[in-house]
Amino acid sequence: MEFARVIGTLVATRKYEGLEGVKFLIVQPLDKALRPKGRPVVAADGTGQAGPGELVMVVASREAALALPVKFVPVDHAIVGIIDEVDLPGLTPEGGA
Amino acid sequence: MGTEEDEVYIGRVIGTVVSTIKDKMYEGRKILVVEGLDLEGKPESKYWLAVDVVQAGVGDRVLVLDEGNSARQVLGEEPNGPVRAVVVGVVDEVEVKA
Repeated sequence: MEFARVIGTLVATRKYEGLEGVKFLIVQPLDKALRPKGRPVVAADGTGQAGPGELVMVVASREAALALPVKFVPVDHAIVGIIDEVDLPGLTPEGGA
Repeated sequence: MGTEEDEVYIGRVIGTVVSTIKDKMYEGRKILVVEGLDLEGKPESKYWLAVDVVQAGVGDRVLVLDEGNSARQVLGEEPNGPVRAVVVGVVDEVEVKA
């Protein structure tokens, strides 16, 4: 699981079976110092309550589908939590690279 | 993201995360920020938000499991929860020869 920032929304009316009612968001993956890392990805919102601007936890690969009401649907990233607070006392400046 | 191999890694706990709205598999569990370490103990860019089951704290060198089936087995209860990364041990010593 990694940090990501929600940067947008996506609407898809026609979706694969099992994905009805699932909300999709565009998220920017972040590194451990909360800086953008790599390209934005589409993530299914397992919480149903995330929105643009929020810092979230994202799980990737097969476990992403397990965050949704119907398991084993075709998604590769899912939001599993909305982060209220991050405390990083052990983060070293050079460690953030 | 999502391209890591399924492995157990050595990492260091660098922080904690507080989240109220989350999947029920995370309820009542501590979530740690763990950075990956190389064999010399130097931080790598790789990191995990990992569920803690061994009462690890910031600064501890730990074993991080990053594989879904094992994670679900360790956490029990909910057999289909979306968790991959779990802190499963606190490392006392690592010795690498040659």
